[in-house]
Amino acid sequence: MKRTPLYQKHLDAGGRVVDFAGWEMPVQYKGILDEHKAVRSSVGVFDISHMGEFFVSGPGVAAWLEGLLTNRVGALAEGQGHYTLMLNENGGVIDDLIVYRFGTEEFLLIVNASMIDGDAAWIQSHLAPGIKFENASDRYAAVAVQGPEAPKLFTALFGGEMPEKNRIVKFGETFAGITGYTGEEGFELFVPAAEAEAIWDKVLALGAKPCGLGARDTLRLEMAYPLNGSDLSPERTPLEAGLGFFVDLEKGDFIGKSVLAAQKLSGLTRRLVAIQVLDKAPPIRSHYPVIVGDMPISETGSGALSPSLGYGIAMAYLPIEFTKVGQEVAIDVRGKQYRAQVVKKPFYRPANR
Amino acid sequence: MSIPADLKFAESHEWVRVEGDIATVGISDHAQAELTDIVFAEPPQAGRKAIAGETIAIVESVKAASDIYSPVSGEVIEGNSALDSNPSLLNTDPYGDGWIYKIKLSDPAEVAALKTPEQYQSQIS
Repeated sequence: MKRTPLYQKHLDAGGRVVDFAGWEMPVQYKGILDEHKAVRSSVGVFDISHMGEFFVSGPGVAAWLEGLLTNRVGALAEGQGHYTLMLNENGGVIDDLIVYRFGTEEFLLIVNASMIDGDAAWIQSHLAPGIKFENASDRYAAVAVQGPEAPKLFTALFGGEMPEKNRIVKFGETFAGITGYTGEEGFELFVPAAEAEAIWDKVLALGAKPCGLGARDTLRLEMAYPLNGSDLSPERTPLEAGLGFFVDLEKGDFIGKSVLAAQKLSGLTRRLVAIQVLDKAPPIRSHYPVIVGDMPISETGSGALSPSLGYGIAMAYLPIEFTKVGQEVAIDVRGKQYRAQVVKKPFYRPANR
Repeated sequence: MSIPADLKFAESHEWVRVEGDIATVGISDHAQAELTDIVFAEPPQAGRKAIAGETIAIVESVKAASDIYSPVSGEVIEGNSALDSNPSLLNTDPYGDGWIYKIKLSDPAEVAALKTPEQYQSQIS
C-alpha cells in the first residue's frame, strides 16, 4: 500500500485511513457530513497527492496530444487547462483528466490515482518521435482547497486574486490549477513532495478544514461529476456518459473518434442519467437494480444520500427510451423498491455560482 | 468510550437493557463511533420474531451498510420510530434515545450469557 507525504498529517488530524486504489487515504476525520458542509459553506482541504501528474513535451506535442484526447488541446493558451477524456479504440473511456498547457511545447496531465499505471502505459505505447513523457506522480504532493472561502485563502497564500477557472499559475516549483471536484470555487495546489507537510499546515492555519475522500465523493456526486470506475468505463463512451461537451468531433482524428462519430450518427442506445430518489430510502450505493414497471433495466453507478439535499441521488446508464427528465423508475435496495425519477444535472447548485 | 454499568453486551457491539421480561436493544458508543455518521436506520417492526444472532436491523452510514444482530431471542414489541426521521440519535445518544427496539424475551437465560460491561470493555480496548 502506498502512502502520500501527508500520511502522518492525516493521523495527527484524527483521519480514518482506508484503502483507496492501493493508497492509504483518509476517508474522513471528524465526520463526512461535517466535512461536506464545511466545503459547501466555508472551505475545506483534501489530500489529492495520490493523483497522477504527467508531463509531456517536445516539438509538436500539442498536435500529438490531439490524437489521444477528446477535446481541442491545441486551442489551450499557455497557462490554461480543461477537462478531457482519453479513449480506447472502441471509444470507451480509459480515463478522465485535466490537461494544462504548461509551456509552449509542454503539457501537464492530472490523472486519476487508480489509472496512473494504465494511463502511463497507454500514453507511452502511443509516443511519437521527439515527444518526451515523464510520470512525475511521486515527485509531487497535491492538495485541493475547495469552498466559497477558497479564493480568500488563495490570496492569503500567494497575494493577488485567485485567477479564473481552468488557469494554472506557477510559483517557483509550486503550481496552482484553478479547478476542483466539488462544484465550489477553489484550486488544486501541486508542491514538491518534501514541501507537502508545510503547505498542509499553512492551509489549515488559514482556516481550511481537513476533508477526506468520503466528503469528496458526496460533493462531486451532488454535482453529477462522474467517477471513473463507477460511472465511466472502457465499455462506455463519453457520449453515453453525457460528456459530449468535452468531445470535439470537428477536430482532427483521435483514438476512439470514429466510434463516437458513428454513435452520434446512429443515435445513442443508452445514456448516463442523474436519478433522484423520491421515497425516504437507504443511501443508494453501486450495483443496486434500477427498475421500470417490473423490469430491471440497469443498475446504479455512484449513489449517496445527498448531505446538502437530504434525499437519495444516483447515476445510472439507462436504455435511451428511459432517459428523459421526469422518467419514473424504482431502485431496489435489498429487495424493497423505492420510487425515483430522472432529473437534470447537476443535483445541486452551489450558492452564488 | 462510555459503557454503562447496567447493560449487557454482545460481541457484535449491541447492548441489552433488561426490565422484567422485556429487553431494550441498541448499539454501543464504540460501535457508533466506528460506524461514523449514521444517516439511515431500519429498526424491526412489532411482531417480528427473532432468534439470537440473526440480523434484525440495518443501520447505514454515508459509506457503508451494517447489520445489527439480535443479541437475544423473542418477539419485537416496538421499533424506535424516532430513528426514521433522526437516525443520528444512534450517534448522539446510543444508550438513550438512540435505542433500536424492545423485545419480549423468550429465553431470559440468554441474557446471562452476554458480556458484562467489564468483558466488553476488554474486548474493545
